[in-house]
Amino acid sequence: MKYLIMIWHNPKSREIWESFSDAERAEGWRAYAELNESLNASGEMVISEALADPSQGRRVPAAEGQSLATDGPFPEVKEQLAGFFLVDCESFDRAMEIAGQVPESGLGLVEVRPILAMNGPDM
Amino acid sequence: MTEVESLLREHAPHVLAALVRHHGGFETCEDAVQEALLVAATRWPVDGVPANPRGWLITVAARRRTELWRNETARRRREEAVALLEPPEAEPPPDVDDTLTLLFLCCHPALTPASQVALTLRAVGGLTTGEIARAFLVPEPTIGQRISRAKQRIKASGAQFRMPPPDERPARIAAVLRVLYLIFNEGYTASSGPALHRVELTVEAIRLTRRLHAYLPGDGEVAGLLALMLLTDARRPARARPDGSLVPLAEQDRGRWDAAAIAEGVALVSRALTTTEVGPYQLQAAIAAVHDEAARAADTDWAQILGLYDLLDRVAPGPMVTLNRIVAVAMVYGPTTGLAQLDRAESDAALAGHYRLHAVRAHLLDLAGDREAAREQYRLAAKRTLSVPEQRYLESKAG
Repeated sequence: MKYLIMIWHNPKSREIWESFSDAERAEGWRAYAELNESLNASGEMVISEALADPSQGRRVPAAEGQSLATDGPFPEVKEQLAGFFLVDCESFDRAMEIAGQVPESGLGLVEVRPILAMNGPDM
Repeated sequence: MTEVESLLREHAPHVLAALVRHHGGFETCEDAVQEALLVAATRWPVDGVPANPRGWLITVAARRRTELWRNETARRRREEAVALLEPPEAEPPPDVDDTLTLLFLCCHPALTPASQVALTLRAVGGLTTGEIARAFLVPEPTIGQRISRAKQRIKASGAQFRMPPPDERPARIAAVLRVLYLIFNEGYTASSGPALHRVELTVEAIRLTRRLHAYLPGDGEVAGLLALMLLTDARRPARARPDGSLVPLAEQDRGRWDAAAIAEGVALVSRALTTTEVGPYQLQAAIAAVHDEAARAADTDWAQILGLYDLLDRVAPGPMVTLNRIVAVAMVYGPTTGLAQLDRAESDAALAGHYRLHAVRAHLLDLAGDREAAREQYRLAAKRTLSVPEQRYLESKAG
C-alpha cells in the first residue's frame, strides 16, 4: 500500500525553525537524512521531496467567471505543504510509524493519507 | 510475453536451484542468474536461442558467479586480510530441479510479505527487477532494495537450501500460497490502458501456482488456489469496459468469460473437495465456480453459495467472509433479512465504518427499493474505498 506523508508548515513552525541555532538545524537535517536512508534501505521509499517556499509558487489563474477560490493564492496564516514522502509499506500503522520519525511530527504538522490503487475487487 | 521471455521464465528457477545446490550461497547465485538472464534476453533474440537453453544459462550464470565470488573474496581480503576457504568451481553445476525448495526459501517466514513477493517473482518467476518495479508501480531501486534485504535476511536467519522438515511443511506451503495470492490480487486490475506495458501479475501468479500444483498434486489448498485464480481470471474479459470502468458480476456479458479456464477450475476444485481436506481456498474457488457456472446472473444458485459461505465462516472466519455471506443471505431470504444481519455485523470493530459494509448495505437497500438511502450509502462507500475503479463504480451507483 502506498501512503503520502505530508509535512505542513505554518508561521508558528517557521518561527520555531528560525529561532534554532545552527547545531539544532543540523540536527533536524540529520534526522531527515537518516529517515531517507532507512526508507531506501528497507525498500519502502518511492520518492521524497522538499518544496520551495510558498512565495515561489504560482497558481494557474481561473478562467474568467469560473473562480472558485475563496482565498488568495498565498495566504500567510494557513498551513502550507513544505515537503512529502511517498512510501510503499505494509500497513497504515507502519506509515504512521514512519511519519512519526519526521521532526515536524512533534508539532502535529505531519499527515498521512492512503493512495488510491488502480486495481479493485470484484463487485 | 515473447517466446524468449517465456523460455527464460521457465528455466530461471531450475538454473538458480542448480547453482545454489552446487555452490551454496543463495545471495551470490541469485545475482549471477539474474545477470545471465539479462544477457540471454539481449542476445537470444539476435543470435537465436541456443540448442540447450538451460545448459547455456547454467554455464553463463556459473561463470558469472565465479566472477562475483572472486570480486567478493578480493574485497573481503582487502577488508579483513583473511583468505577464504572455498576455491571457485570451474565446471558448470549439474542440472537438478529444485523449484519447490526455491519457492519455500523465497517465502521464508523471516521475510516481510513485500520482500517475499519481490524475491519470488525474481528468483522463481525469472522476472527482472525492472519488470517487477513496473508491475508494482514503484521505482526500480525500491524493488532492488527489497530483494537485497530479503537475501540478507535469509542469510542472517541461517535458512538452508533444502526442503523444510515435514512438520513445518503445512505452514510453509500456506506462506507460499499467501504470496502467490498476493501477486494475483495485485495484478487483478480493471484498468486496461496502463496495464499494457506491465508484466501481467495474474498470469505470473497462475503460472507459478500451476507449477506448484504440478509438484504437489495431492495438496487440496494448492489445487484450490489454482482453481480460484483460474475461475476469477476467467471473468476478466467481461470485467471492465474499454474505458476501464468496472462491470459488476451480475451485469457481465457471460459469453465473454473464458470457458476453458472455467472448465479447468471447476475440475480442479471438484477433485480437491472430494479427495482432500477442505480449506479456505477450495471453498472460495467453489463459490467462484457456482457463479461461473450460471449461464445468466438470475440462474445463480445462491442457496449453494450461502452453504459454502457458512462452511467458510467456520473454517476461516473474517470480516469479508461475514459481509459476502450476508449478500448471499439477502439473495436467498430477501434484502430485509440481509439488512438485519448487516446491522448486527456492524458491531464488529473490523467492519464498523468499513467502505465494503456501506457498499453492501447500499446494494441491499437498492434491492429493497429504498433508492434514497441506497444512494447515501453508495456515496459513503465511494468516499472510503482505496480503489480508483471501485470508486468510479460506486459514484456512478450513487448517481
